[in-house]
Amino acid sequence: MRIAVIGNGMVGQRFLEQLVRHAKDKGAACDITVFCEEPRPAYDRVQLTSFFSGKSARDLNVVPEKFFEEHGLTLRLNDAVLGIDPVAKVVRSARYKNVPYDKLVFATGSNPFVPQVSGRDRRDCFVYRTIEDLETIAARAARARIGAVIGGGLLGLEAAKALKDLGLETHIVEFAPRLMSVQLDDSAGRLLRGKIEALGAKVHVAKDTKAIADGKTARNQLVFSDGTSLETDIVVFSAGIRPRDELARAAGIAVGERGGIRINSHCQTANPDVYAIGECALWEGRTFGLVAPGYQMAEVAARHLLGEMQLQFLGSDMSTKLKLMGVDVCSIGDAHGSTAGALSYVYTDEIVYKKLVVSADRKSLLGAILVGDAADYGPLLQLTLNGVALPEHPEDLILPVRTGGGKGIGVDMLPDAALICSCNNVSKGQICETVRGGVATLGALKKATKCATSCGGCGPLAKSIIDAELKKQGVAVSNHLCEHFAHSRQALFHLVKVNGIRTFQELISRHGKGKGCDICKPAAASIFASCWNEMILKPKHAPLQDTNDHFLANLQKDGTYSVVPRVPGGEITPAKLVALGETAKKFGLYTKITGAQRIDLFGARVEQLPLVWKELIDAGFESGHAYGKALRTVKSCVGSTWCRYGVQDSVAMAIRIEQRYRGLRAPHKIKMAVSGCTRECAEAQGKDVGVIATEKGWNLYVCGNGGMKPRHADLLAKDLSDEELIQYIDRFLGLYVRTADRLQRTSTWLENLEGGIEYLRKAVCDDSLGLGAELEADMQKFVDSYACEWKTAIETPEILRRFRHFVNSDEPDSGVVFVEERGQLVPA
Amino acid sequence: MRVCGLEDIVPDTGVCALVGGEQVAVFRIGEKVYAIGNRDPFSGANVLSRGIVGDLNGELVVASPVYKQHFCLRTGRCIEDASVSVPVYRAVLEGIDVRILKLGEANVLSSAV
Repeated sequence: MRIAVIGNGMVGQRFLEQLVRHAKDKGAACDITVFCEEPRPAYDRVQLTSFFSGKSARDLNVVPEKFFEEHGLTLRLNDAVLGIDPVAKVVRSARYKNVPYDKLVFATGSNPFVPQVSGRDRRDCFVYRTIEDLETIAARAARARIGAVIGGGLLGLEAAKALKDLGLETHIVEFAPRLMSVQLDDSAGRLLRGKIEALGAKVHVAKDTKAIADGKTARNQLVFSDGTSLETDIVVFSAGIRPRDELARAAGIAVGERGGIRINSHCQTANPDVYAIGECALWEGRTFGLVAPGYQMAEVAARHLLGEMQLQFLGSDMSTKLKLMGVDVCSIGDAHGSTAGALSYVYTDEIVYKKLVVSADRKSLLGAILVGDAADYGPLLQLTLNGVALPEHPEDLILPVRTGGGKGIGVDMLPDAALICSCNNVSKGQICETVRGGVATLGALKKATKCATSCGGCGPLAKSIIDAELKKQGVAVSNHLCEHFAHSRQALFHLVKVNGIRTFQELISRHGKGKGCDICKPAAASIFASCWNEMILKPKHAPLQDTNDHFLANLQKDGTYSVVPRVPGGEITPAKLVALGETAKKFGLYTKITGAQRIDLFGARVEQLPLVWKELIDAGFESGHAYGKALRTVKSCVGSTWCRYGVQDSVAMAIRIEQRYRGLRAPHKIKMAVSGCTRECAEAQGKDVGVIATEKGWNLYVCGNGGMKPRHADLLAKDLSDEELIQYIDRFLGLYVRTADRLQRTSTWLENLEGGIEYLRKAVCDDSLGLGAELEADMQKFVDSYACEWKTAIETPEILRRFRHFVNSDEPDSGVVFVEERGQLVPA
Repeated sequence: MRVCGLEDIVPDTGVCALVGGEQVAVFRIGEKVYAIGNRDPFSGANVLSRGIVGDLNGELVVASPVYKQHFCLRTGRCIEDASVSVPVYRAVLEGIDVRILKLGEANVLSSAV
């Protein structure tokens, strides 16, 4: 069967995934051709704004790796379809004359609606739909000061966020008397407006734009019907969308009066061999401008095309949960109370606005509006969709919790059929089933079911369901460190710090049991080091250390160690390079350049370590802490000193940062990097702490990771001064060291952090926890007490004594045998 | 034979002793001493004396510093893999002297590998 698909957006892509999956199950052979007028395959249009807050086009990609190759699909990028002939059953594209099909699928999405305003074709007028649109806007914004968005709906506010992220003075112009008039009522709209204005954007409602003309103080001017005007450099139209049905229309396939390709419940158009899905489709006179209904259509169409008739598209819930310019806004079901006899309850304190719409008998929830606090969205949506009987006093659901009272929305109230993830069609029953199959974390659930992987809105609710199901199974949701301590690492850290505990003996006798083990001892050692920064090889600490820390070197598979001296920022003098080479030659060490701009010397026997270090210290080196769960390195590019493109001195900053945090013990290793410009040669976005120079200062990225599970770092703050940068890193590291689990890298720490990056940003940049000064003072204390561990070690006879293989002989370990390979010694 | 004094072993750590050409890991837990073979059977490296000691379900163990399997200090048995064990030696404390009885002598409790 030859299948042609027009459009590779999120819905088109979902259709392909469903199609190849079900075709494989059925053993059906499909020859699939996909036409995509954009230059790249499907990406997450819902998250488009994040393109300006640091995400790249690659981050937004939603196509699984090698998807098209693996399934033998033909993808024609940059190839717009120009016409179809439903009688001859061929598609004509910009590059191909006649591509025959047996079945054709429209997934053409929609176009931005641009109102009839004179001057709308001017140079500075844009729409907001594709990555290319965004790139064009960004390029023009670089030479602009003011931007105005025409449209105060959902998409308009998204566009406004983008302009703000580009650093423009931002205006929102709305025709209706309030923002988001489709989803919100007057009071909610007013509250939202206040919040958005507090964030620095100006809102103009009830403004009918008549014309765009030459400006007086800016490049352009919006002229309104009431005679007023607004000066702006850039204009972005974001006043709604219109289904892209022009190809169907031209081919004589039935479309609706106000646009949209008409489909039945199988997503077939008037021509049974032609389907339409997503925003371009019109079902029962309605179009669906959200991704969840599009995904449902994609599945229905894919299955129907393969001969499965049962599944039907029967409309979809249009509830939405959004974060608009940082403000939570939710609209559920019949938010306006248009059902006959509907009653409403409203609670507002001018910070949040919550409204319930209930049936005349007050038994069921019909809809809701939430502004400023989205926590109740999941539960309220479930109550609406499942017709769950309301408690006696429905207002309790939105009133703030007072002591003694409690909210009645528990996950146990929900039936198994309750759809939790509407984007990916995952029910409560499926989540429970998956948990019974052994899944115990949200991360694992995401992998197993795709739940919470699209908009992510259902994440917290899914987590509650996982925990409730685990509890039901009698699985204690335990974060105990090990059998010796019934505490999490975070709790132990607190106990150690608050009670001034400095030895493992005291810790285990007061808060644990038994003798300890190789889990809790290194964890305790790390906590002591973070809190008190005493030499880790003091007799009271030495037994707690993992062998790497115990010998201040990295154990290799043959029992020898490798040595990595610190090379701050990767900058090293020729004299030091020579010294390193001389030492390596003298002790017959294998040398290799590490990925972190340092030099690793391998093959040192335990008794050689102090001798090697004596030479290195004499040459001016100090410990690189490659053996510790500690700061490793701060990688840097060469920066403005040499580079034609560098805008800041990245090497100097890297050295400053490395010398500040060197030796800081943490739950896991910490890697950092500083890039001197946006070309990012130091790969800072793959590090726990990444710093990228801008014209105005430094952008700070956090919680990136290479390794087994790479994670792109999140932008925490922009355009920081040197001092602000250090202050924020102090706070960030302090929070991580205090609250992360044992062996938890910053990336997983963030993924498990309630509230995610937003919470972290508030804590670090706005000091929302009020801990800022304390964290900075703690860090300063640490910095002031830094000493090179190797220097201390070779000056302390009782420590040096342990650096030998046999307690009763000076012979070396006969088990260590080397052979030569490519001119160096390696384990035999 | 005497391998070292008690004060040569930091409490709750181990050292390696050369006993009749064999490598023996000797551990000090409080005022008691234990000895097992120093060779980690999983990696082949002579490093068990450098592992962290502790207890699991009440049994004294050392964790191999290479791949972290646990070996019982009294029996030499590997906790994670019952088919693997390391030799056990008799370690005794005479006054402040730590003595290990030589391999092959009747006092060797077991020698499974």
